[in-house]
Amino acid sequence: MSSDETPATAIATTEQSEHPLKRLRDFTEARIGLGRRGAGLPTAAHLDFAEDHAKARDAVHSDFAAEAIASALEEAGYDTLPVKSQAGDRATYLRRPDLGRLVADNSRDALTAAEGGPFDLVLILADGLSATAVNAHGATVAVGVLKALPQDWRIAPVVIAAGARVALSDPIGEAVRAKIALMLVGERPGLSAANSLGAYLTFDPKPGRSDADRNCVSNIRPAGLDPQKAGEKLAALVMRSAELQLSGTGLKDDADDRLTADGDDTPRIGS
Amino acid sequence: MTPEDLKTLLAHASPARSGDFLAEVAAESQEARVKAQRRLADTGLAEILDTPLIDPETCEVQRLIIDQHDPEAFRPISGFSVGQFRDWLLSDEATGEAIAALKWALTPEIVAAVSKICRNQDLIAIAKKRPVVTKFRTTVGLPGHLAVRVQPNHPTDDAKGVAASILDGLAFGCGDAVIGINPATDSPSAMRRLLELIEELRLKLDCPMQSCVLAHVTTAIDCMSRGAPVDLVFQSIAGSQKANSSFGISLSMLKEAQDAAKSLKRGTIGEDVMYFETGQGAALSANAHFGIDQQTMEARAYAVARAFDPLLVNTVVGFIGPEYLYDGKEITRAGLEDHFCGKLLGVPMGVDVCYTNHAEADQDDMDNLLTLLAVAGVNFVMGVPGSDDIMLNYQSTSYHDAAYVRRAMGLKPAPEFEAWLKSVGVFDEEGFLLPEARRGDAGLIARSKLLEAAE
Repeated sequence: MSSDETPATAIATTEQSEHPLKRLRDFTEARIGLGRRGAGLPTAAHLDFAEDHAKARDAVHSDFAAEAIASALEEAGYDTLPVKSQAGDRATYLRRPDLGRLVADNSRDALTAAEGGPFDLVLILADGLSATAVNAHGATVAVGVLKALPQDWRIAPVVIAAGARVALSDPIGEAVRAKIALMLVGERPGLSAANSLGAYLTFDPKPGRSDADRNCVSNIRPAGLDPQKAGEKLAALVMRSAELQLSGTGLKDDADDRLTADGDDTPRIGS
Repeated sequence: MTPEDLKTLLAHASPARSGDFLAEVAAESQEARVKAQRRLADTGLAEILDTPLIDPETCEVQRLIIDQHDPEAFRPISGFSVGQFRDWLLSDEATGEAIAALKWALTPEIVAAVSKICRNQDLIAIAKKRPVVTKFRTTVGLPGHLAVRVQPNHPTDDAKGVAASILDGLAFGCGDAVIGINPATDSPSAMRRLLELIEELRLKLDCPMQSCVLAHVTTAIDCMSRGAPVDLVFQSIAGSQKANSSFGISLSMLKEAQDAAKSLKRGTIGEDVMYFETGQGAALSANAHFGIDQQTMEARAYAVARAFDPLLVNTVVGFIGPEYLYDGKEITRAGLEDHFCGKLLGVPMGVDVCYTNHAEADQDDMDNLLTLLAVAGVNFVMGVPGSDDIMLNYQSTSYHDAAYVRRAMGLKPAPEFEAWLKSVGVFDEEGFLLPEARRGDAGLIARSKLLEAAE
C-alpha cells in the first residue's frame, strides 16, 4: 500500500485486478486462484466453502422421509416394506457401520413374511450417508428401474431401509429370497454435491458378500447421471446380471461399455 | 505377561476413540481406562519388549520389529517403567540428542505405551525435542522449518488442471516436501504422464523440488524399469503382514522399490527416496489388527517405514471416517499421537490434517490441529487448493493454511526451496510471502513466470 492509499482502496485495488491464475480455472474444479488477504482466505471464498460444507453436513444429518417415499411408490402402483437396521440413531449409525449392515429383529420377520417369493429382484431405497439424496430422487429412480424391467419378472415389495449401509442388501435379499438386490443409497456428501445417489447391485445376496461381489453406479443426481434416465441404465445392468448369473468384477468388464456407450462420462461404474 | 494381556492393557489404556469401540477392545468406562493407564505406567519397558504382540512366525512385521531392536542402545532405559520413561522424556536430561540415541532402542509398542499416558501437551513438548531430518532435493524436518506437499489432484488427471493447482501452490511457497499427486488411474502410463508433467515444470522453473505419483509400489517399479523420471516411490503401509498383504505389498517389494529408486540417483543432496502413508484404523478396516488397539497398530507401521529411510511419512489422520475417529477431538488426539510416535522412532513425520463430511469436524478443528502440530515441529503438512480435494472428496489443509501457520509461527520452508522462492519473487528477503496487494512488482512477476511455464 502506498502512502496515499487507505486500507479500503488497497483492498478494492486487489479485488479489481484479475487473479493471474483465473484463466487456468477452465481446466479444473479445484479452488485455485482464490486470492488471499495476508495469508488468509478472502471473506467471500471463506463463506463459499463454509456454505458447501454446511450443505454436506445437513445432508448427513437430514431426516429420512421414508413415509413420503413409500406413498410416492404406492401411488405409482408398487408395494413397499419399511425396515430398519440395528444402528438406531444417527450417532450410532456413524460410529457403528457393522450395525448398519444388520437388519433389526422385527424387520427381519416382516421381510421373511413377504408373500409371493422367491423373487427375481428386490429394490431397496436406503438413507445411507445422505437422506437428502434419496428423499429427492430415490422414488423417481426406483420407478424408472421397475418400469424398464420385463413384465414377467417377480419383483419383491420395494424395501425402504433406514440406518442402512450398502451391505444391508445382503440380509434383506436373503430374507425375501431375491435373486438380485439393487440398493439405491445416499452417497457420502462431497463439497460439490450433497444429493448424489449410488446404486449397488448384488447377485445372490446373502451375508458375507464383499464389495468385490457388487457393482456400483454412482453420482446419480440432476447434475450428474440424470435420475430420470438412470432407471433405464440400471435396469439394463440388472437384466445383464440375471443373464450372466453374477455381479462384481465379471459383470463390470462386460457392462462397462454398455453403460457408457452414449458418451456420457459422468456416471462411473465400478465393482 | 502374555501377548493377549499386553494387548488388552494397551487397548484399555488408550484414550477413547470410536475405532477401538468398533473393534470391541476399548475400556468399558472412563475409570477403567485410567486404571489401565496406571497399570501401564507401572509396566516395565523390558516386559513390553519381551512380549511380541503377534506371532513372529506368521508376521514379517513382527520379525522386523524384533530385528530392529538394539539391546546396547536400550541398556540405559532397560530399568524404566513406562511412567518413569515418560518422566525422563519430559525432563531436561532428555535432549534431542539423548532421545535420538534411543532410535533403535525403542519399539512401536514402547512408544505407543508412553503416548497413552501423555496429555496432548506432553506429546507436543517431547516430539518438539526430537527433529528428524531427511533429504532428496530439499532438506525436510529442520527445526524452525515447515514443508508442504502440494496435492494437485484432479478427477481425470487432466494435465492442465493438475499444473494449474501446482502453480497456485508454488505461488504460496508450497511444494518443498513434494509435489504429490493421487492419480485417478493406477497405471504405469498414467503415472508416467504425470511424472513427466512435473519434471518439465521443475526443469523450466529450475525449482528444487521432488515429485511423487501415489500409485501402487508395483506400478512405480514398472515405471522405473521403463525409464520414467521417478523421484519418490509411494506406498500405503500398515503394522501387520496381513494388513500389508491386503495392500498387495510385502517388505521385499518395498526393498526392491527403494533399491530401484536409489539407483536412479535423482536426488541432489540426499537419497531418501520413499514416501509412505499410514493412518489409524487401516489395519482394523482390513480385519488385520489381531485385537490390537488402532493407535498401537499405527505405531507398528512406523517400524516398517523406518526400515526404508523415507523422505516423508504421512499419517492421513482424518481420512478414514468417524467409525475410527469420530470427531475433531479424536482426530486431534490421533494426529498428535502419530506425530509423537513417529518422531520417537526416528520417522520423518508429516500429517494430513483432514476430515470427511460425515465426521463431526470442521475447519476450526483443522486450524487447531495444524497449529498444535506446527508447535510440535511437524515435518510437513498437505497443501490442497482451497482445502477441497476434488478427486478424493475430503478436506485437508490448504495453501492458505500453510501460509497462515508459517507466518503465525515464524516457520520457513526447506532452505533450498526458500532460496528459490526469493529468487523468483514469491517470498521477501525475510523469507515470508510478499503481500498480494503489491501485485505488479515481484509477486506478479513471479506469477507470470509460473504462468509462462504452464503454457
